[in-house]
Parts: sequence; structure tokens; C-alpha cells
Amino acid sequence: MNIEISDLQFTYPTGVAALRGISLAIAAGEQVAIVGQNGAGKTTLVKHLNGLLRPTSGSVRIGDWDTREHSVAKMARRVGYVFQNPDEQLFSKNVGTEVAFGPKNLGYSSDRVNSSVADALAMTELSEKTETNPYDLSPTWRKMVAIASIIVMDTPVVIFDEPTTGQDAANLARIANVIKILRDRGRTVIAITHDIDFCAENFERVIAMSQGTILLDGKANDVLGQEEILATTYVDPPQLTRLGKRLGFRNTVRNQDEFLTALGMTINSS
Amino acid sequence: MAIINLQNVTYKYPLTDAPALQNINLQVHEGEFVAVIGPNGAGKSTLCYTIAGFVPHFFKGEITGTVEVAGNESSKSSLHEWVLNVGLAFQNPFNQISGAKYTVFEEIAFGLENIGIPREEMKQRVEDTMKLTGISDLAERSPYSLSGGQQQRVALTSILVMEPKVLVLDEPTSQMDPIGTREVFGTIRAMAERGMTVILVEHKVEWIANFADRVIALHEGKILLEGTPQEVLTSDRLTEKGFGISRYTSTARKAKEQGFWKKEKLPVTLEQAVEGFVLTSRPIPETRGASG
Repeated sequence: MNIEISDLQFTYPTGVAALRGISLAIAAGEQVAIVGQNGAGKTTLVKHLNGLLRPTSGSVRIGDWDTREHSVAKMARRVGYVFQNPDEQLFSKNVGTEVAFGPKNLGYSSDRVNSSVADALAMTELSEKTETNPYDLSPTWRKMVAIASIIVMDTPVVIFDEPTTGQDAANLARIANVIKILRDRGRTVIAITHDIDFCAENFERVIAMSQGTILLDGKANDVLGQEEILATTYVDPPQLTRLGKRLGFRNTVRNQDEFLTALGMTINSS
Repeated sequence: MAIINLQNVTYKYPLTDAPALQNINLQVHEGEFVAVIGPNGAGKSTLCYTIAGFVPHFFKGEITGTVEVAGNESSKSSLHEWVLNVGLAFQNPFNQISGAKYTVFEEIAFGLENIGIPREEMKQRVEDTMKLTGISDLAERSPYSLSGGQQQRVALTSILVMEPKVLVLDEPTSQMDPIGTREVFGTIRAMAERGMTVILVEHKVEWIANFADRVIALHEGKILLEGTPQEVLTSDRLTEKGFGISRYTSTARKAKEQGFWKKEKLPVTLEQAVEGFVLTSRPIPETRGASG
């Protein structure tokens, strides 16, 4: 399902112009990371994708649906949105009920609800925790519950707002794995992240935003190598990209394999 | 003399069987900047709460051993005496905002009001501290209208304004962009230079390596490793136990296997990494993406 954003402008009721003319096409199955300083408009932009916000002018289309013409409840069939703070979206007494809420609400049959829930819990490694109250889990596991309760709805588009905030190494690997499974299933994944190394390792396309506009948009290596432009939106290139530059590599590298290959090492593909 | 002194501290939350902290011995000197790392469930936040007096005064539970800060013993002090010496910024800034104030300025003044600081001094301290943390422009905003990163700055400011001897920070930059993170680390470092003692829980290893004096690695409630950032952050044991490590370290370790890392010590910072990789004279193969 393609996403088409044309000349999107959005001004908050307070008068703050948060988006100043965004045009963007995201094809079905793309994995896109959005980076940029606090206040650049990243969250405002993605809140337009499921209709939580409506354009002041311009348009946002998810497939053949214009977000101005459909309710947020209806948009939820096409776009899943994982909030930055899991505590803003969890309310059930146990993990199983929480994760089943979305598909039940969409009116799926109980067989489909059961199989979707089992699948989402397996993807997020929560299968052993179905009876636990989400608030008895650590914040990192609550994040996985929040993710499970969205991916369970099996929407064509999934949005992650800052999925890596406060996560440890094991949970970062779990989140990366969820994104990889969604990619293999042909889902579109859009993530806002300040973790530029996570971005470099898990996304093929990167959009850098600044002051309500798109500063850079392209293949990850092309965008992440633009140190001076990224600095204007308070983003540092990934660690290995910076290191490659300092060592005088001719091309931009963004992950360990690319770095070691550029160094001259033979990498066993894993 | 150590300003923080934990002797054989073991602590269990109420209604739990497994201790969250086990036999912790930790001495921290005045003006020292100590970073605490560890995977989920290692006891990092519990250690913060213990130093800040919330364990056991607020969370109750069973504690053994002694916790001393600035010469006072936790079990013999009340929480309101304790907070004059130790300030804690919570992991989630939302949990810290009082809910009783309409503006950021009033929110930051809240702690000073509670300890009876005269009005003029209070205003001055709030203004100065807001300037220090770069949030003067937020003074008239509602604390609830702010982004996560801005709320974290407000939370940090509301602690710094109290001028505690010991500053305990639980992932203070988790919602900030990289430049915001750099500014906050710079501010914290400057406070340490002025003699404030800092305990910082953080996942961002590269920042710890550049700013902290000492690193404590916690695992399952125990201290696994302790030492300089380079000693601790490059230890093989971290990866085995599920700690996050710097890409510089993991990449150098891999390069070392084929002789492409020439130094004995592995790097944790960009500067250390630049020094140690072996550059071959072979032509650099094309990699994906454009030149840059």
C-alpha cells in the first residue's frame, strides 16, 4: 500500500507551523527511518499517517484513502502506530488481553484474533508472559507489549515513534528482529529514531527533517554520509560512518560489514 | 573521603523473593562522575533509588548493609533530610513533574519553595539554572505541553536548582537528540568539575567513554565490573552478559581476528578507534552507496 503526501502543511492551534510543505512518496514494503532534532516535526508528520492529525493544507493518502475523509478508527486498519511511551497506550489487566484488544475491535473472528495474538506474542518474545499485568513488567518489556498490541492488527503500514528509547542491547535486538520480520512480510515500516546507529543498521532509506521540512531523503548511505547537512538538524552520522571518514575511506560505510570490507578484510557473509 | 559509601547493601522490594541488589560495595569520591551500565533488570534504577533514599524510605522492602551519603546514614535519616544532599532525576520525566504547577518556571521553583528559600534568591537560582541547561525559552510553557526531550531538561533543571551534593540521573537523555545529549553531558561534566558528585545510568556507551571518570557494570543486582571507561567498556565479559557495547569496540574486536587492529587495548571512543585500525595499501573496494 503506497503512501502519498503532497505539499503537507500543518499549523498547531497555538500558531506553531510544524510542517511547512512536505511532499513524499513511500512505496509498499519500504523501511524508512526519520531522523532530526527535537521539534523538527517528525512526530507531527507521522501522526498524519493514521489521521491523528489532519493537514492544514495539502493531502495525505494511504493507498486510495485520503486521511481527511476517514476516521482514525478506520485508518487503524491500514496504519498501526506504536507510541513513544508505552504507558500511553497500555490499559488491560494482562498482556494477552491487551494484545487481543486491537484485532477484536477491528471485528476479526475469534480464530483470527487467536492466531494473530499468538503470532504477535511470538514475534515480540512475550509468549511466556500472556498472564502478566503489563505494569508488572519492566519498561523495556512494556515496550514489547506496546509493539505486539500494534503489529497484531497486521496493518500494511506500521509506525514506530522512537522505538529504541531507553532500551538495552537485548531489547534493541528484539525490536530489530520485529522490523526484519515485518520487512520480510512486505509491510511498510516507518520509524522515528534518535539512535542513528540503530537507524544505519536496520533501514535502507533515511529521511532527515529540520524545522518542518525535509532536509535529506534517500538511500541510507547517501543520507548518513552528509555530515555537514545532518549537523544542521542536530544529527551525528553513525559511529562507523564517522570513523570511516576519519580514516579516509572513499565511500560512506554505515555498518560493521561495510566498514571491515572497506578496511580490506574478508567478511564471511552471515 | 568518600561522599557515597555503600557497604554490603542487599535489598528486596516488598513481595519479591529475589534481591534487586546483592552485596553492593561502592565508594564514590566528591566530584567524581560515575556511570552505571547494565542490561534490563540489572538493578540500575534500584541503585539510583538507594543512593537517593527512595529505597527503603519510599519503596519499603528489606534492606541490609549501610548506605551513607555525605556522612549521614540512610536508615537513620528521614527522606526530607536526605533530599537536601541528593537529587534524583527519574528515568521517565513525566513521573517527576509535580502536576501542581502551571509553568516550567514554577515547576523548577517547586523544590526551593518547599525548603523555604526566600523569594528573590529563589527567582535568581531558577533563572540561572534554566540558563545553564538551555531552557530559558520554556519558562512560561506548561510542563505538560513539552516534548519528551524538553521534559527531561526540565526534570534535570528542577534537580540542579536544589544544588545537591550528589546528583543521581537515571537515563537523563533517553529522549533527546544527539546534540541535546551532548549539551546535557557537557553540563553534567561541568557540575562534576565544580565538585558535584554524579551517578549516571546510561545506555549510550560512547558518551560515557567521553565523559565519565569511572564505570560500574551491574548484572543481576551485583557489580560485575568496575574501572575506567576503557577497562570496563572493552571487557569481553560485557558481550557475554548482554550489555550494549560501542560499535568501535565490537568492530575493532572483529578486525583484530584478522590483524586489522594493531593495539593491545580495544577502543571505546572515535579518537581511540582512529589510532588503531590497520589501513592496507590495497585499493579500497567499492561499497554500497555514493561516494562521500
